[in-house]
Amino acid sequence: MDQFLSSFTVEDYWRLFDLVRNSVITAGVLGLMGGLVGVFIMLRRTALVVHGIAEVSFAGAALALLLGLDVVAGSAVGAVVLALLIGGLSLKDKDTSGVAGVLMPFGLGLGILFLSLYDGRSSNKFGLLTGQIVGVDDVQTQTLVTGAVLIMAVLVLVWRPMLFASVDPQLARARGVPVNALSLLFMGLLGGAVAMSVQVVGALLVLSLLVVPAAAALKVTARPVLAVGLSMLFGLISAVGGIMLALTGEVPISPYITTIAFMIYLVCLAAGRGRGRRRRRQAAQMLDGDRTSGSGAAGAPTAAASSRG
Amino acid sequence: MREGPVLALHDAAVGFDGRTLWRQLDLQLAPGEFLAVLGPNGAGKSTLLKVLLGLQKLTAGTAEIAGRPARRGSSAVGYIPQQHTLPTETPLRGRDLVALGLDGHRFGLRLRGRSERREVDRLLEEVGATEYADMPVGLLSGGEQQRLRAAQALAGDPAVLLCDEPLHSLDLHHQQAITDLIQRQAAERGAAVVFVTHEINPVIDHVDRVLYFARGQHRIGATREVMRTSVLSELYDAPVDVLEHRGRLVVMGQHLEGHHCTPEDERTAAPEHDSAEPRHDGRIGAH
Repeated sequence: MDQFLSSFTVEDYWRLFDLVRNSVITAGVLGLMGGLVGVFIMLRRTALVVHGIAEVSFAGAALALLLGLDVVAGSAVGAVVLALLIGGLSLKDKDTSGVAGVLMPFGLGLGILFLSLYDGRSSNKFGLLTGQIVGVDDVQTQTLVTGAVLIMAVLVLVWRPMLFASVDPQLARARGVPVNALSLLFMGLLGGAVAMSVQVVGALLVLSLLVVPAAAALKVTARPVLAVGLSMLFGLISAVGGIMLALTGEVPISPYITTIAFMIYLVCLAAGRGRGRRRRRQAAQMLDGDRTSGSGAAGAPTAAASSRG
Repeated sequence: MREGPVLALHDAAVGFDGRTLWRQLDLQLAPGEFLAVLGPNGAGKSTLLKVLLGLQKLTAGTAEIAGRPARRGSSAVGYIPQQHTLPTETPLRGRDLVALGLDGHRFGLRLRGRSERREVDRLLEEVGATEYADMPVGLLSGGEQQRLRAAQALAGDPAVLLCDEPLHSLDLHHQQAITDLIQRQAAERGAAVVFVTHEINPVIDHVDRVLYFARGQHRIGATREVMRTSVLSELYDAPVDVLEHRGRLVVMGQHLEGHHCTPEDERTAAPEHDSAEPRHDGRIGAH
């Protein structure tokens, strides 16, 4: 331990940090994007779809590796194709999880097949599954950051109709919102988001950037803008914090990112429990108030019994 | 106050795959009028709403709302979908849900924050939901959520208010409150109400006319002109008894069970709802 401390100084840390600056920037932007996309993933209940897309993006990458093409591009194509496929097949009955459950094992099987056919270095195989952010160069950084910013910009522009279509598709459709087109758009964006996140945490752990921050945020707030803000903040902390901690040791980045994300979730879960109790007390008081003041004028909410759950 | 009919159907017919669901439907609603749409599952009640929402094309005839052909996304139409409970963790407060009714169909960023906020506050007050404006919608009861949906529907000051079983799964108290609310708001604004329901009794005091679908046919008229033993027996082509008990109507007929699932109707039963429509009798008796 003494040896470890003496050989690892603050100065060394920042020198090391300089080497991974690209990775930190990329991870930070992807964390922000994951937080934003994640809120819609939670709203639309498509967490399993994220996992499915991630695994198939791994298959796309494996195919690219086999054919001698760009691995990153391969994973991106795989992810977007599968996402659109799931979106298209589930337009009718909205059962995205079912469709994803059918396509996911097939995609993963293909990925394993491609990898077994490839006889190059085996270290590449593992990187696709668990993340390989430390190696990103300037060009990759630029591509990933541009992609993430683009996805966030589109989501902000379609924010209201997307929210409407996610919360109440029936009413949204009647009000003229292009619900199906938005579903496909979302799946396309999701495919892109997953493909990029795979570069940071790997196919197996994509959920930690795309789902966990949003799940945590929804535990503590019901304000839409605050939920998105917190979710993006959590994503940022997980991604950047994970890399910075990983620099101090030998362990890969992914476990740090997933652990930080999970810790944030636990804290939010606890905070949310307290908030739920306060809300229920508040509701009970409203109910009591109504009783004592009589049922009031017509149209007044008489029984505000909101103590569900 | 609006003038002339706010809703007009002329010789309207609708069908799927060459089969006709209903036809020769002529209907005009005056401002403030309250129409209850009744009939077994699959008889075409919800399809009528889809036609008026511009989501379903007529196979014949015309459908006009406020003098213009029914079209999707029209601001002249307010719509309260069937009651379905929002998930607990929906990241919306009451006021956010109402705001979606106001401008949820618009792309881009919300620019006029203050005037919108005032409008949302006004709507919340009108439906008596001010108290839980800032509560998470996922923590509200079914009745409270329906109030917010009513506010959403009223957002564009519509000429016609379409309600698709808005009382479904609400308790008696909330059924009454929501019905009163819809009727009062419609009357004040001069909007006509088309109220699809499987039970007439919760709305019976407000209903001006009844449209009853069954077996590809329909009857329109005042409540007690349509809800009669002779009329419904003819419509169902089988003996049906309508009894009156303390101002409530009880529809009885053993055969009703069979009629709503003839092969022709089964296809269209999907968009309808799961309410056990033909069991008018038992449940009404319980009230």
